[in-house]
This record gives sequence, C-alpha cells and structure tokens, in this order.
Amino acid sequence: MIRWFKPVVFLACLGPLARLGWKAYMGRLGANPIEVITHSTGDWILIFLLVTLSITPVRKLTGLLWLIRYRRMFGLFAFFYAVLHFLTYIWLDKFFNLHEMWADVSKRRFITIGFTGFVLLIPLALTSTTGWIRRLGGNRWRALHRLIYVSAIAGVIHYWWLVKADVSKPARYAFVLSLLLGYRVVAWLVRRNTERKAASVGVRNAEVT
Amino acid sequence: MLIKKADDIPSSEITPKSLYLNRRKFLTGAAIAGAAAVAGLALREMASPSLSVAADGNAKIDGIQKSSFSTNEAITPYKDVTNYNNYYEFSTDKYGPAGLSKNFKTRPWTVTIDGQVKKKQVLDVDSIIKMAAPEERIYRHRCVEGWSIVVPWVGFSLSELIRRADPLPKAKFVQFTTLLDPGRMPGQHSSVLEWPYIEGLRMDEAMHPLTLLCFGMYGEVLPNQDGAPLRLVVPWKYGFKSIKAIVRIEFTGSQPINTWNRSAPNEYGFYSNVNPNVDHPRWSQAKERRLGEFLKRPTLMFNGYDQVASLYSGMDLKKNF
Repeated sequence: MIRWFKPVVFLACLGPLARLGWKAYMGRLGANPIEVITHSTGDWILIFLLVTLSITPVRKLTGLLWLIRYRRMFGLFAFFYAVLHFLTYIWLDKFFNLHEMWADVSKRRFITIGFTGFVLLIPLALTSTTGWIRRLGGNRWRALHRLIYVSAIAGVIHYWWLVKADVSKPARYAFVLSLLLGYRVVAWLVRRNTERKAASVGVRNAEVT
Repeated sequence: MLIKKADDIPSSEITPKSLYLNRRKFLTGAAIAGAAAVAGLALREMASPSLSVAADGNAKIDGIQKSSFSTNEAITPYKDVTNYNNYYEFSTDKYGPAGLSKNFKTRPWTVTIDGQVKKKQVLDVDSIIKMAAPEERIYRHRCVEGWSIVVPWVGFSLSELIRRADPLPKAKFVQFTTLLDPGRMPGQHSSVLEWPYIEGLRMDEAMHPLTLLCFGMYGEVLPNQDGAPLRLVVPWKYGFKSIKAIVRIEFTGSQPINTWNRSAPNEYGFYSNVNPNVDHPRWSQAKERRLGEFLKRPTLMFNGYDQVASLYSGMDLKKNF
C-alpha cells in the first residue's frame, strides 16, 4: 500500500474526536453537551470494535491481505474512545466520587457490563506491541486477544440495557456483531471438519505404508 | 504423520518496527486531541456565560399573571427547552421533535371530557384556554433520565377545568390521552411505545393547585415540540407524567395504566414522584444535571415541592414508585 495511506487513516480515526471538540467550541453540542459526548464516544467504541473484528473476515473473503496492518490501529482506537468514554463517566458524571462509582458498578447491570467490556480491553491494549506478541508467543497472544469478542458483546449489551425503549440502534450493532462472530463460528467449524478429514486421511495413509 | 499446526504467529502478521513506533505518535496525538475537546468545552463556557433567550416568533399571550408558585431559580434558555425534547410521538431522538413538529397543525383541536362527569362534552381548545386567567408558573422540571430544566410555563390550575366538568363521586382518577394520528405524528409509526400515549393522576393530585393545564411558555403560545396546543405540567413528578397534546380527559373509577408503566412496569410506576431515595432500576435518581450547569446537583424530594407530601402520607413510596 501507499506509504501515506496509514497516517491518513490514523487522522481520519481522530475525526470523531476533532468533530466533538469543534462542536464543543462552537457551542453546537446542544442542550446537554455531556450527554452528547458520552453517547458519541460510546458509539465510536462500538464502531471501532466492529471495524477491528471485520478485518479478518474481509481479508479472507476479498484477499486484501494488507488490511491486517490496520487491525491493531483500529483496535487501539476502540480502546482510545473507550478511555474517553470512561473518563467522561468518572469525571463529568461521577466527579471522581469513588463511592458513587462503586455503587453504580455493583448495582447497575448496564454499568457493570460496560465496565467489564472496558476492563477486558486493557490487557489487549497493553499487549498490542510486537514485543508482547513475541513474549507471549502467537498462540497465547491470539487466545488472549479473543477477549475482544467478549468485550464487543459486553459493549452491545451495555447499550441495549441503557436505552429506555427504542432498541433500534443497539439492535443494529448487535446485527453486525452477530454477522462477524457468526463468520468466525462457521470458519471454525469448516476448519475443524477439514482438519479431521485430513487427520483421518493421514492415519489411513500411515496404515497403508 | 499428522498435519502440523503452525504454533507461532505468521511473519505476515508481525508488524514492522516503523508501525510499532506509530503507537507513540498515536498516544501523543490522542492526548492532544483529548485535551483539545475538553479545552473547547471549557473555552465555550467561559466565552458565553449566558445564552440569550431567542423567540421563534410564536404569538405572545396577553394578560399573564405572576404566580406565588414560581421559583426564582435561573430559567433554562428557550433554545434548550425547545430543542431538547422527549416526545416519542415525533422521535426518540431528543433533538428530533423540534424539526419534525414544525408543521404540526394544532387547530382545529378539540378535547373530549368524559367518563364519570356530569358534563360530558367536546370542547374546542380555545374555549378551554379562555376558562381562566393565564398565569406564569416558573417550575423545576425533572426528567426520569436525570436531567432537569427550569421553565416559565403559562396556564392555569387543572382544577379550574375539573370543577367546571363537575366529576361524579365515583371519579377517583383522571386519565389523559394524547392525539393518535401517525400521519401528523411520525413517531407513532414506530411501535416503540403503545399509542396513543396515556397518563393519569389520582383525583387529589389532579386537583392540587400546582398541577398546571398548560398552553404556553416564555410568555408565548406553546411550541409544537413542547406539547402544543395543550399539555399537563405536574412539577413534583418525573417529566413523562406531564402529558403533551391532550385530546381527551376521562374521569375514571379505577387507576389508569399509564404508557411508560405498561411499557416497563418495574421501572416506571403510576405515581412516578421525583424521589432521590428511590432509584430507577438502572440508574440512580439521587442527582440530576440541570441543563447548562457543569456539576450535578442533588435531586430534591418531590422535586422540591414539599407541599404535596401530605398527598402521600402513610404511603410506602418505595412500593408506590
């Protein structure tokens, strides 16, 4: 791919935040700016998680192998917006009142599950470096990073449980997520099948010789 | 031999060092952008401490009298109260109703008064508005979602209308119904709530002088997105009790099932009095964000309208939420 492409994508990923900053400055965040910031950062976490999860299926289906070079960046942007979302919550909603926060996390299931989704992203962000991939070894690293599935599911449920009555938006995320996870289940079943066949062929060949 | 599984990450998936170094840039950029967003908000607050009240040209209401029920707290800017509306008949997006209700026709409009009353009748909304002198009531308004506003409503006590309707002794409750017309209220095409919207009050609540039959705000005719032509304002209850665009007022012997209660009975009760000690199952009601304020303020029992407490003496408000 062209060299300058990655920095351009990087800047584009900061676009949602720049837009929020600009609107805040221009006073265009409406009557309840903090609610807008909370909802917007929340939306972008889910979008980046879904984009990250779509890299593998899109690569496999289209053969655009270079896409893998963007997966980590998208994943880290999901984490980046999650940090902003979480900061908005502890600062602008709870004003660092740990007692209130704990009451929320333990009592309100939509907060509990959202918080879980966020916490699960932390080890993924920390071990996103090449050094950590080497240290953990590919298999263990890959196993650890499957936590993103749990995190994305938690994020969608968090949104679903939050809305008062209109679940149409969380339902859209749930639909895309189920496609992306469904692809993985199917891919896994297909792989297991072919491996078994190959294995049995291998055994038969061994018996013959 | 069995097929050997690759036990390490393929070299194609190992990111080159140059990209790895991008992470540093990422973190720096992220920090700058985050700071910019917060700074933008802070600058904005400093630059314009007060937003001017802009009228959108609704007709002025003449002869408005002041009311001793009014609070002297700062009034929320008109543009916030008219652009941030929970009005699912138009949209579930709070920024939607302002635009979607622009061409909503509020005349001709009639209100049916029936049920357990001596004077069952269909009244033109303009004849209702003329029943009593308009008063300005500056009330705190607390949404069940945790935000609040201060609005100078215009109307008169609902009791004025109830007395004229002359309810029978059997009438224990009042049930209110919003217009059902998906052609004019596009949100009613969606089944997010059961339509038409229904609300209810106990007779003593409905007769309480604070309970306002409202047709204006900020000295003008009520904007469409705020419930024109006729709405209820019950300041000690969560906002959804203050039903908009009323077409029917029915006096009943049994407790009405209000729309939100039907939608989620464990979350929204019939009474829905503002109560900092009874949380919504999914969030705390102890504090609220007054629109325009940075810090949250504590929510007051009955939204600060202590004079209604006697209506509920002896009742367990945790059970009757």
